[in-house]
Amino acid sequence: MTAARDLPEESAPQSPRDERALDALLHAIYGRRHYDFRGYARASLRRRLSRALTELHCQSLFDLQTKVLADDHAFGALVRLLTVPVSEMFRDPSFFLVFREQVVPELHTYPSLKLWVAGCSSGEEVYSLAIVLAEEGLLDRSLIYATDINEESLRRARTGVYPIDRMKLFSDNYFKSGGKRSLSQYYTAAYGAAVLTRSLTANVVFTDHSLATDFVFSEVEVVTCRNVMIYFDRSLQDRALGLFRDALPRRGFLGLGSKETVVFSTHAGSFSALPAREGWFRRC
Amino acid sequence: MLSGGVSPEVAAVVIGGSAGAIQALLHLLPGIQATAAIPFITVIHLPPRRPSLLTELFSPRCSLPVREPCDKEPITSGIWFAPPDYHLLIEKDHTFSLSLDEPDLHSRPSIDALFESAADCYGSRLIGIVLTGASRDGACGVRAICERGGKCFTLRPEGESDISIMPGAAVEQGASPTSLAELADVLRACADIHHTEGPALENHS
Repeated sequence: MTAARDLPEESAPQSPRDERALDALLHAIYGRRHYDFRGYARASLRRRLSRALTELHCQSLFDLQTKVLADDHAFGALVRLLTVPVSEMFRDPSFFLVFREQVVPELHTYPSLKLWVAGCSSGEEVYSLAIVLAEEGLLDRSLIYATDINEESLRRARTGVYPIDRMKLFSDNYFKSGGKRSLSQYYTAAYGAAVLTRSLTANVVFTDHSLATDFVFSEVEVVTCRNVMIYFDRSLQDRALGLFRDALPRRGFLGLGSKETVVFSTHAGSFSALPAREGWFRRC
Repeated sequence: MLSGGVSPEVAAVVIGGSAGAIQALLHLLPGIQATAAIPFITVIHLPPRRPSLLTELFSPRCSLPVREPCDKEPITSGIWFAPPDYHLLIEKDHTFSLSLDEPDLHSRPSIDALFESAADCYGSRLIGIVLTGASRDGACGVRAICERGGKCFTLRPEGESDISIMPGAAVEQGASPTSLAELADVLRACADIHHTEGPALENHS
């Protein structure tokens, strides 16, 4: 018996009112700004919105709605607050180790490759994958689509400049992920920042794409979408996984975050986990 | 009312702690009966970037299943631990969701994030338990649970020790100070709930 699920929904004192104001805000943003947050998981969305209320000096969700519809600057700030997860290079090193040792050997059998980093945020994941592909001799024949809905994140991803104090962590991760050189070979340090080598992104297309409203744009052999769908509710997750299913050929690879899985999705039958797991699935 | 003032309607227990909390959990969780039909959802502050050994530590000692949830996993009865370096939240469709938002009060997972989202979901049918720790994490969560009619308990703060900061802050927001033995009674009372009330609850669905 799944006791907790069988209970009727509890209505906390302010909750229904909040819920209505929240729905109104999300519908207004979708209608007027064409950003669709309606399928975002509500628990973390509520926490992010409460931070947005403080940072944008609003008393209520209604205030926030009025402000972000009228003020482009405030709307940009809200999108940043709702979409920017902090990322790091080679986060979960074992994910990249499995990529290098088990996915890459299969990718060698393709004459050319397309990869899609969905929800690339500020690009750390893109550079990490590009480094592995470069070290394994695949970067020259790869095309990487790096997509996000947050324009500012895309701009930062394109630039490839990260605070130098993050590089110690990134280097540790890189080493644990089976890195063959020193991460410092891939960046130049200047003025407190690390500037990633341009050649890594020669074959990367950074572009705007929404998993909530856009469609598949290309067939790709590998999709990674890590710790992006944790912010989606189950129906939006189903939509996104449906896009990945359609973008991948049979035996194509899907990489998710270490605590994400396809098994609760309607598309569970379209993917099987690699024996090593670590977030890697294969299109069946 | 069952023992410890626990309402027979309780549908979930959330537990949070930091320094010293694992010792307390080793005393509390193994005592929960295998027949418990509600979830016991726990956030313990741990260093990030290494696997949590909590499930390995508690599985052999507990009669309930001990798990770390995946994102959007349905919440079933048993003992659940937040995965390290993620916030653990409760959705109203009774699934878990995870988040990589900034640490709250330097902590990810955050006790407040779990407690506040659980309060939104379970309302008055929730029990919150704050163990020990040297931060004020959990206090806002206690307030959220109490505001919605749920009940909170904490280990009675002892003296001025650092690890009493967390229970002290929880008491300020409405948690009842209790002894470890009394907390164990509360958990056992919670575990008994659906034992007796189960059929009635199933009729709701």
